Amino acid sequence: MRLSVDHRTTYHFSAPQARLTQMLRLIPEDTHDQSVTGWNLHVDCDARMRHGRDGFGNRVTMLYVAGPISDIEIAVSGEVLTHPSNGIVHGGQEPLPPALFLRDTPLTRADADIAEFAMAIGESDPVAWLHALNIAINRRFALDHGRPIAGRTAIEAFAEGSVSSRDMAQVFIASARATGVAARYVSGYSPVCQAEADGRPAPHGWAEAYVERLGWVAFDPSTGLSADTAYVRVAVALDSAGAAPVAGSRLGEGFETLDVDLHVERDGQ
Amino acid sequence: MGIRRAFDEIMGKSGSMIPRSELAALGEWIESTPSNELRRRQQSAEATFRQLGITFAVYGESDASERIIPFDIVPRIFLANEWNRLSEGLVQRVEAINAFLHDIYGERRILAEGVLPADLIFGNPQFRPEIAGIRPPHDIWAHICGIDLVRTGPDDFYVLEDNARTPSGVSYMLENREAMLRLCPELFRSFRVAAVDSYPDKLLETMKSVAPIGVASPVCVVLTPGHYNSAYYEHSFLADSMGVELVEAADLVVDDDIVWMRTIAGLVKVDVIYRRIDDDYLDPLVFRPDSMLGVPGLIAAYAAGNVALLNAPGNGIADDKAIYSYMPEIVKFYSGSEPKLPNVETWRCREPQALKYVLDNLKDVVVKLVDGSGGYGMLVGPTATKAEIETFRAALIAEPHRYIAQPTLALSTVPTLADAGLAPRHVDFRPFVLTGSKGVQVVPGGLTRVALKEGSLVVNSSQGGGTKDSFVLMDNGAGEQAQVSDAFGQAQVQTMGQPL
Amino acid sequence: MLSRTASSLYWLGRYVERADFIARLVEATVRLDVLSPRPAGEAAWASALAVTETDAAFAKTGQSITKTNVARFLTLDASHPGSIVRALDMARNNAKAVRTALTREAWTAINGAWLVFDRRASAGNATATLNLVESVKAETRGFEGAIHRMLRNQTTWFIRLGQAIERADNTARLLDVKYHILLPEGERVGGVVDRDQWTTILQTVSAVTAYRWLYSEGLRPANVIDLLIARSELPRSLAASVEEAVDILNLLAKRTGLHGEADRMARARHARIARTRSGQVIAGGLHQYLQGFIGENDQLHEAVGRQFKFS
Repeated sequence: MRLSVDHRTTYHFSAPQARLTQMLRLIPEDTHDQSVTGWNLHVDCDARMRHGRDGFGNRVTMLYVAGPISDIEIAVSGEVLTHPSNGIVHGGQEPLPPALFLRDTPLTRADADIAEFAMAIGESDPVAWLHALNIAINRRFALDHGRPIAGRTAIEAFAEGSVSSRDMAQVFIASARATGVAARYVSGYSPVCQAEADGRPAPHGWAEAYVERLGWVAFDPSTGLSADTAYVRVAVALDSAGAAPVAGSRLGEGFETLDVDLHVERDGQ
Repeated sequence: MGIRRAFDEIMGKSGSMIPRSELAALGEWIESTPSNELRRRQQSAEATFRQLGITFAVYGESDASERIIPFDIVPRIFLANEWNRLSEGLVQRVEAINAFLHDIYGERRILAEGVLPADLIFGNPQFRPEIAGIRPPHDIWAHICGIDLVRTGPDDFYVLEDNARTPSGVSYMLENREAMLRLCPELFRSFRVAAVDSYPDKLLETMKSVAPIGVASPVCVVLTPGHYNSAYYEHSFLADSMGVELVEAADLVVDDDIVWMRTIAGLVKVDVIYRRIDDDYLDPLVFRPDSMLGVPGLIAAYAAGNVALLNAPGNGIADDKAIYSYMPEIVKFYSGSEPKLPNVETWRCREPQALKYVLDNLKDVVVKLVDGSGGYGMLVGPTATKAEIETFRAALIAEPHRYIAQPTLALSTVPTLADAGLAPRHVDFRPFVLTGSKGVQVVPGGLTRVALKEGSLVVNSSQGGGTKDSFVLMDNGAGEQAQVSDAFGQAQVQTMGQPL
Repeated sequence: MLSRTASSLYWLGRYVERADFIARLVEATVRLDVLSPRPAGEAAWASALAVTETDAAFAKTGQSITKTNVARFLTLDASHPGSIVRALDMARNNAKAVRTALTREAWTAINGAWLVFDRRASAGNATATLNLVESVKAETRGFEGAIHRMLRNQTTWFIRLGQAIERADNTARLLDVKYHILLPEGERVGGVVDRDQWTTILQTVSAVTAYRWLYSEGLRPANVIDLLIARSELPRSLAASVEEAVDILNLLAKRTGLHGEADRMARARHARIARTRSGQVIAGGLHQYLQGFIGENDQLHEAVGRQFKFS
């Protein structure tokens, strides 16, 4: 499948900033299942960019802007070809072993309720269990198409009725780890749960769980299905904060407002 | 656990009035100096410390009071041959720590060969995946180590704890020596004591030696959390004595993967940072996004190889208490030989058999939180009340993986000025080991901490501990060769003249 | 030198100077209140509030303008930035941040001044108030002495630069407010004057004796204005403060090689004040002149911040 992405993030600052420092995870990587055929990262002001990788192997772009600056638009656009793989990730950058993805983080910690929820899923085959978990989370929550609430933990999300795809993914991760299954967060793009015309778009988030002999398998609890060819995988980490598309810091007074404009389309199925 | 059974560093046996023959001169000094004179000198030293502001804040005290750490006037003394053996062990251990960190954040050979259980590393919050794959300049991680040692006999040293993150206390080593030189100059005529005052020079040399490749005259700074930090005095002391800037996070800015400091003359490039702030607060983009502290982009600059951080981020995995019990295996794995400095026997309560032993012997052991420090969350069985023991029993059963236990050791003593005159008190020892691109060096001295309460084994300053100067002799003491005790019989006894 | 360090030193200088000035102002106002043969008290205290630009903040407290209320407000009330206690608190915070750059003596003076106020609730009667401000003055004098005994380097220069700029501001404000009250528009300079009121001005800037040395003809408003504006012999005059700012900026430029807009601004101001004749100032409108001066002083403050990259 050919997926095209056009993603613009704009920050407006109420007062000019002396300096911006941002860490971007906005560049997807080739795997056996996805080929990045063209990709552009563009910023609408004078900025210095440096490319590297983080500890999880994700491509990272450091963005340095000297002020005064009142707004900035970060735009990525490109095309990715994906190949059917039943959700299994082949040929990804894997600098860290699955065992690492058993540890919890403040965003993905499970409490007794989540643990109980996970334990109640009665499948013994690991893959079947993960699918059942994925479906159970999908059924438990209504999908909120709005932008995710910053800093909301899996435990907080679990008490809600309507949550974002990011929240569902973190509940999935907390549940999996609570039963000893390595799991991680994936940020990227997909048209599958894109908001209606009036929604506030955001990059997508889903989960991957590790299955012996198969490797990392992608699950999207916001659809209840495995993530397959309609997904562009950009970054993985222990939780959504670690895979954040933009992590930034600014030097200056005032507050910021954020606009996101995102179009993900599939061409020529 | 009687104090009388312990080894005394000066007297040979706790409570004895006759010093080891090599240290006869110290016995004479003690005898010829009335204890009220010793007390007067001690008070003078403490008054100076108070004036200099060498204070620390006590956690858990509501009024954030600042206290000085009590100073004891009687030094502890190492003979040259004791010291040389100790140094070899320290060098071996610190080299292993560096090799371990290099491996664990890189190839992870030690896991592949099954020397350590993988979950011990990957489940440990001290293993920081954020910096995995980064190679620090010159592949050095633990530039400044403080290795906590205890001694139970003439030749029996044990490592109690490794400190490979931001070990503190070196300012006490230096200030205690200053005080001794001023107040007891006669001791330095009786003994040939190795100087410690070149520590700041050696530290600066170490910093410069690990600058990124190609930087001709590196700019070095000390990074402090600020004047509210309990170790601020040490931070400013080190910066001042090295002649480098003492910066706070807000003084640094990263642009284009390069670290700069803001000065009145504009931005100045920074090459080497001795940081005295925790990993969590280094870079909000990488570690703690909720933290307003830190230098955004610092880790990117570090990953790009444009700045050296002392010590390297992620070092906590090497000095974690859960890792500690594996240190003998780690030393052996990387050095290819037996550890010269043994660990204290340690029961890992995560292992059911060990847990059972510990629960059955709570009144004889010391129980420690794996992630605790400063003497907090610790049970000293022999001196604990019944209620304390039961509290720990419940905690151990609930969360065994959070605890380790060790036997209560007969820690060595040193005569210490108590209310009723000199009396033996238990001590430990923290030497400082520097690793630069030109090798490892052990500073001939260190921080001796002393438990001021009779019989107490807890030396932490937050729990009523004090400090002493630690003399390292450049020879084997005043005794004639024939009088060197058996334990030192094999050592080279130097017979260089002793100016009297 | 780190910008943060320089900025802390500069602000330390400003706040110590401000604390000292408010102390002098309160002292002079107490004297005026006590000595005055007629009930001029309220006007004196109201003008003290105007000089420190705290009239609005005081009005918010809902208290009446009495000696007790205003004296407490200007000395011990930490809720607004125009009190001695707040100035000392800010001075101490800045000193703490650069503790190692200061000598023990300088630090002790700041800390001592701060301790005078620690946990005090009331300024007490006239005598107690005078004792209170006297002890503040003693500590700030001690600080001044300590600064002069410190190494003559950037550390002391930034402190003194802060002091010089704060002092210029304080003197200009004092003269502006007092003159305005004492000589309402239309009244002739040199008319019948209120001796006590004019003495208050001189007391506030420690210039009673200096006045006698420099002017042989008794207390005249035109002479007081001349002294406070144009006579660089008087350390708290505008001319002296302006000159000192130039001198210190020169020293900094020599040491750091940093020359910039602050130097140019300070030199231009110095050249202007050297040509200033107080008679012309009075004829042309003292209030406008002083307001212009205060504005210029603020601009110089901003320029210093930019030149040495304080933020």
